[in-house]
Amino acid sequence: MTEDISALWVTLRLALVSTSILLLLGMPLAWWLVRTGSRLRTVVESLVALPLVLPPTVLGFYLLIALGPDGIIGGLTDHGLAFSFTGLVIGSVLYSLPFVVQPLQNAFSAVSPLILEAAGTLRASALDRFFSIVLPLSRPGLITAATLGFAHTVGEFGVVLMIGGNIPGKTQVLSIAIYDHVEALEYGRAHWLSGGLLLFSFLILFLVYRQNGRRE
Amino acid sequence: MSSIDFRFELERGNFRLETGAVLPGFGVTALFGASGSGKTSLLRCIAGLERARGRLEVNGECWQDSENRLFVPPHRRALGYVFQEAALFPHLRVKANLEYGRRRTPAGARKGSLDHCCDILGIGGLLQRYPHQLSGGERQRVALGRALLNSPRLLLMDEPMAALDRPRKAEILPYLERLHEEADIPVLYVTHDLEELARIADQLALIENGRILKQGPLAEMLASLDLPIARDEDAGAVIETQVIRHDDEYHLTHLGFCGGEILVGRIQRAMGERLKIRIHARDVSLALQPPGETSILNVVKAVVTEMADQGPGRIMVRLDAGGTPLLARITRKSQSRLGLKTGMPVYAQIKSVALSI
Repeated sequence: MTEDISALWVTLRLALVSTSILLLLGMPLAWWLVRTGSRLRTVVESLVALPLVLPPTVLGFYLLIALGPDGIIGGLTDHGLAFSFTGLVIGSVLYSLPFVVQPLQNAFSAVSPLILEAAGTLRASALDRFFSIVLPLSRPGLITAATLGFAHTVGEFGVVLMIGGNIPGKTQVLSIAIYDHVEALEYGRAHWLSGGLLLFSFLILFLVYRQNGRRE
Repeated sequence: MSSIDFRFELERGNFRLETGAVLPGFGVTALFGASGSGKTSLLRCIAGLERARGRLEVNGECWQDSENRLFVPPHRRALGYVFQEAALFPHLRVKANLEYGRRRTPAGARKGSLDHCCDILGIGGLLQRYPHQLSGGERQRVALGRALLNSPRLLLMDEPMAALDRPRKAEILPYLERLHEEADIPVLYVTHDLEELARIADQLALIENGRILKQGPLAEMLASLDLPIARDEDAGAVIETQVIRHDDEYHLTHLGFCGGEILVGRIQRAMGERLKIRIHARDVSLALQPPGETSILNVVKAVVTEMADQGPGRIMVRLDAGGTPLLARITRKSQSRLGLKTGMPVYAQIKSVALSI
């Protein structure tokens, strides 16, 4: 039971940290994708969307190598980042990126350029315009992005299994705890966790759709 | 010193803007031209919304100088810009819209007040509404207020009434006409509507194919026969007048100008008040003798100063009535029957007068 609670705790922490990073990273990235005329745009867009089509094991495999003690990311640290919480965060952020960037991109591209020009003639700098016009007008998209990022991280299995392993209290998340219970034929405990996740995911989606529905 | 001095070069696809001018740094200057002539592009260059090559100096302040790699971004050019569509911020109430630029203006540079602005634009009752709850005319008035409260040193208006129907235009025009009195800053006003510019502008700059063709005081420009506007169906002269007498018996008002007097239907204006009137060339007919029995009230003595052939059978005649230019459009047959020549004294009969009230 304590193992389940610590798995829940790891999962929530992972989802919260990943979502925050996803938003911080996703907002400038989505804004750049919407506004840039650069030819790099399509390349970046495709890269961001890759996790949508790749099997999680492929991403997990390359991440495992990159995060290992001799990998390009892991090599920067003493013992590598594989099988650590930080490694999990990096994996989740990459894997959930399209779920955050795409709603943001849709929301940002709906903001009329004319309105931004008007704000520009009213003494608002680019950064000021982003915070005073773009973000408030994109609120529904922002909520959708955060929720999808959060929910997708909570539900992630493959990548986590590849790079996080299954260390209770450290890298064991709910989805993997459920897998363990099923393998050990502990269906009762698996039910508790699965049912909980199901209810949680439904509630989140319900709240988001209701919130967005109200605005229209 | 008091001028808007610019030279721009801009290429966008097939379109090329390459022009320069020194426009007066006061009053309302209309930028007039057909659509696609480059009026809006010029305005956007001045605002810094288009990054053209060239230089721009507004009343002594340099905003752009490509040679010295100077380009002040729009948000640092103290200007007001009114777009064709109001472009209000949909997530902000009218009050927050009005205060958007003002809150970003250094306290020492702020001019006017929210209350005063609401008074002159009649939008005090709308402050708590959202833009989608406003009519088109109300939106455009809020947009104008928002630009004015930005304490601009230059006000740019891009066909602010183009998206409005006739009644909405009539609702806004009086506020625009009052701009002269309210704002002591230069205004550049883009339009392709001759009626509109005759009512609002003091000066006129004609734009064609991305170039400023000619510019000058409104009355002089409107009466120039060599400019394309003289060929417009609505061509006519603008006259500065003053209310000199009200005639209550016949319900008329006498307007004085340096060439004489003009009678119009009784108007609610104080004695001595200045009033701009417009007389269409098509409403003026000419006679060699003072007309005898006629229902036309307004007959002005004038001298023919210039004539221009305007195509199939039509002649535009420019007259001088005591220093005030007038235009008359007549047929070539009338011209030859009267034997009109420059320098000849004539009587101009004015059938109707357009007033700006």
